[in-house]
Amino acid sequence: MSRGQGWRRAIVLVAIAIACALPFLLSNFRLFQFTQVFIYAIALLGLNILTGFNGQISLGHGAFYALGAYTTAIMIDRWSVPYGWTIPVAGLLCLTAGFLFGIPALRLEGLYLALATFALALAVPQILKYFEHWTGGSQGIVLSKPGAPLGLTLSPDQWLYFVTLGVLILLFVLGANLLRGRTGRAIVAIRDNPIAAQAMGVNGALYKSLTFGVSAAYTGVAGALSALAIAFVAPDAFNVFLSITFLVGIVIGGLASISGAIFGGLFVQFVPNWAQEISKAAPWAIYGIFLIVFMYAMPRGIVGALRLAGARLARFRG
Amino acid sequence: MEIFLQQVVSGLATGGIYGSVALALVMIYQATDVVNFAQGEMAMFSTYLAWSMLNAGVPYWAAFFATLAVAFVCGVVIERVVIRPVENAPVLTIVIVCIGLLVILNSVAGWIYSYIQKPFPSPFPEKPITIGNIFFGAHDLGALGVTLLVLLLLYVFFRYTTLGLAMRAAAQNPVSSRLCGIRVGWMLALGWGLAALVGAVAGLMIAPIVFLDPTMMSGILIYAFASATLGGFTSPGGAVLGGLLVGVIENLVGTYVKFIGTELKLTVALAMIPVVLLVRPSGLFGRVAVHRV
Amino acid sequence: MTRRTIVALALVAALGPLLFAGPAGAQWPGVTPTEIKIGNTNPYSGPASAYGTIGKALTAYFKKVNDEGGINGRKINFVTLDDGYSPPKTVEMVRRLVEQDQVAFVFQTLGTPTNSAIHKYLNEQKVPHLFVATGATKWGDPRNFPWTMGWQPTYQTEGHIYAQYVLKNVPNPKIGILYQNDDYGKDYVKGLKDGLGEAGRKLIVLEQSYEVTDPTIDSQIVNLKNSGANVFYNVTIPKFAVQAIKKSHDIGWKPLHLLNNVSASVDVVLKPAGLEASRDLITALYLKDPTDPQWKNDQGMKDWLAFMQKYYPEGNTKDAFNVYAYTVAQGLVHVLKQCGNDLSRENVMRQAANIKNLSLPLLLPGIKVNTGPTDFYPIEQEQLARFDGERWALFGEVHDAGKK
Repeated sequence: MSRGQGWRRAIVLVAIAIACALPFLLSNFRLFQFTQVFIYAIALLGLNILTGFNGQISLGHGAFYALGAYTTAIMIDRWSVPYGWTIPVAGLLCLTAGFLFGIPALRLEGLYLALATFALALAVPQILKYFEHWTGGSQGIVLSKPGAPLGLTLSPDQWLYFVTLGVLILLFVLGANLLRGRTGRAIVAIRDNPIAAQAMGVNGALYKSLTFGVSAAYTGVAGALSALAIAFVAPDAFNVFLSITFLVGIVIGGLASISGAIFGGLFVQFVPNWAQEISKAAPWAIYGIFLIVFMYAMPRGIVGALRLAGARLARFRG
Repeated sequence: MEIFLQQVVSGLATGGIYGSVALALVMIYQATDVVNFAQGEMAMFSTYLAWSMLNAGVPYWAAFFATLAVAFVCGVVIERVVIRPVENAPVLTIVIVCIGLLVILNSVAGWIYSYIQKPFPSPFPEKPITIGNIFFGAHDLGALGVTLLVLLLLYVFFRYTTLGLAMRAAAQNPVSSRLCGIRVGWMLALGWGLAALVGAVAGLMIAPIVFLDPTMMSGILIYAFASATLGGFTSPGGAVLGGLLVGVIENLVGTYVKFIGTELKLTVALAMIPVVLLVRPSGLFGRVAVHRV
Repeated sequence: MTRRTIVALALVAALGPLLFAGPAGAQWPGVTPTEIKIGNTNPYSGPASAYGTIGKALTAYFKKVNDEGGINGRKINFVTLDDGYSPPKTVEMVRRLVEQDQVAFVFQTLGTPTNSAIHKYLNEQKVPHLFVATGATKWGDPRNFPWTMGWQPTYQTEGHIYAQYVLKNVPNPKIGILYQNDDYGKDYVKGLKDGLGEAGRKLIVLEQSYEVTDPTIDSQIVNLKNSGANVFYNVTIPKFAVQAIKKSHDIGWKPLHLLNNVSASVDVVLKPAGLEASRDLITALYLKDPTDPQWKNDQGMKDWLAFMQKYYPEGNTKDAFNVYAYTVAQGLVHVLKQCGNDLSRENVMRQAANIKNLSLPLLLPGIKVNTGPTDFYPIEQEQLARFDGERWALFGEVHDAGKK
């Protein structure tokens, strides 16, 4: 194991340790916010797998997020399924949906794919309202926050935090294994030079569709968790701005990076709140300025900037 | 038959609106390879500036042309000041900057002008024109006419003037253009300026119909994207035509396909995009990009 | 006693107050002898930002109250946060208000889906959820949600009133409906349908919906005219109401036009649509329209204008939302005064459910605020008005949904 890898592993372990300690140090409200950060991070990793690693730009991941959230909501509300089961079901459903969407998407390049997915994101609220019988229409579906299982003296917020953290770690480890192995190399090769990759025997069509599926599955799981955390789903929560927020998150965090998803999640959750503290009158103007300044300072995202700093440091050391 | 014609006419009217914004989008894309998410907000802000002028007593056409001039300058300035620093960054980074711009313009407009809608005057007469039993809004016709005029002027500019040629060259092949002495950076800025100007025209034509408020363009931007995608992002004429098609089809489906009705009208408009793209991946009139291996 | 025990006790004594006491001087959550902290969320950004003026007007009104000495010696600290009309954001902001800022209660949170998202939470936490800014019907349910209370006449109530009017006054009604495709629009439509009853429902010949993101509704108006409808139930927000009125006029369609209260402003809707085109429109009102010339010399209206000028000069004096905000703020001040020196959450709720015949200056004459332990609908009265080309001429009796 090289020194770099050793360091990285240590940092990850320390981060996990801190994350596990937080529920006993922070208020329930802050935990709720951090649970949101984790949920975003999972969704962002999903989008990053597709857009960052595989080069397929999607502006429609809000649709999969909504699909995951409503799957959970409907299963709990209509069929009284225990919430634990709804998460993998949401993931599988989105995996299938993503894969199926990925097949026609094969024909679309860059900009046009982005726009086709943009269209998908825009249509989501209307479709959700149309199938009122299932989705509760504009009124939405109200859920109960799951409590900690018998024996554990944790508040619902603490329990949900741990559940989300657990899912996050699991999905991130799986993702890292996927992306750092042969599959990952194939995925990246398709992004960088699809023709050469094809010539080397990589089945472009299969990989691209699968990547779409996996990416959708991650985002769907995030959606399912968010339904539990907020305890409410309504069409208005899944508008196009959500998909744009995801895009902002992965670019700010850093394309084609796994840890970037966490930074992206932190940015997307907390910066709008800070903007509100700074200016009551025009908070989104402050947010916009943040975005632009960030992009000037770190065009390759936070992780990109960190890598650059790390490389400079290594050169300096010598 | 009559209702069919009326819906087509209404569709052409709204389609003209979509097409004019789509035109601005396509222009920036053609000049700079960037999809400017802030296009709608730039148009909205220009329209507010016009409103301020009109409120101060400036006559309509003076305010109209003054707004176009201001919009053009602002477009150039935005490209030079805001976009230039990230010119060479990955395309998604530029997109995020555009999103930042969108959010800033929207927020500032709301802060300065408040969110309550304001009526906006139209240069065209109030009374609708009636042919048989079909009603044509004079403004709708006028707006469509203005859009087509702008399209024509742009065509003439790009095809027959040296500057237009230089801009096209800079967009297609920046390296060779530089070697020919073309100042590529300024060509890009000009492209943004022109697109901002076209956007301002669209805004001035749209505001009398949908009323001026900071969220005026967000709905239309969506349809503009649909129109540009349908027509093909490489074809300005296609963008306008795409807009007209979206407007008409949306109305007809809403009227005649009962189970969809109006509850899924937007979805239908949007569904057209992937459907068309599957058949013609570069849009109806777009040029298919051929990649050399 | 061992040394360890002594140290432990000392630590508890030292740290105990920090761990167990609330903020210094707090008598009840959010209340100190000098301050009452009130929480609110409003859409200051996003698609519903036009409603954000309500939050700003409320802030201005409470400043006025503070300038005039506050309530029983306490100043109001009004904390209002932006939720962008997004339910997840509302949940986050309200949790912050309750758990971090420790507000006494939550007041005038705006929007139906946004309030739905915090409905259960606030009742579980036993935090008063007062005078919510939405016309949906579900907020007046004291048996299941004893901490939540609505304020304005519900959309369904209004729909009922229109239905009764049509059944009584139109000989052969064929009703066409244009509605916004969300909870607001659907609630209004439900009100009309319920008011028409089983038999009456067949009188509806066509329903057309639209999305807030649609640029125009011309297509829908054309379809409605074509359906042969002679009654037009117009459930649209101001932006689209203007289009609807104008387009119907332009294409020569002259039905009995029922306009929902949300878009009844003379200056914002009727004038741009054309005063002549708006003649004979019917709406139901409960507040005085600030742009209606009949209230020019009304003392209440003059006071309101003076308030706007002094405390909210950048606010629009033609915007009915600012009248709405002023009135509901006055309602709250009345409740707080009635609480006297007991500002516990239980008492605030008790007093809110104990408003008897409260007259407020900008409510139409004859309309009063009333609540009781089983009546969580403070305002249930409305009066029909017909536009005569210049003003909304009130006619008929004051309809009271409370008396069934």
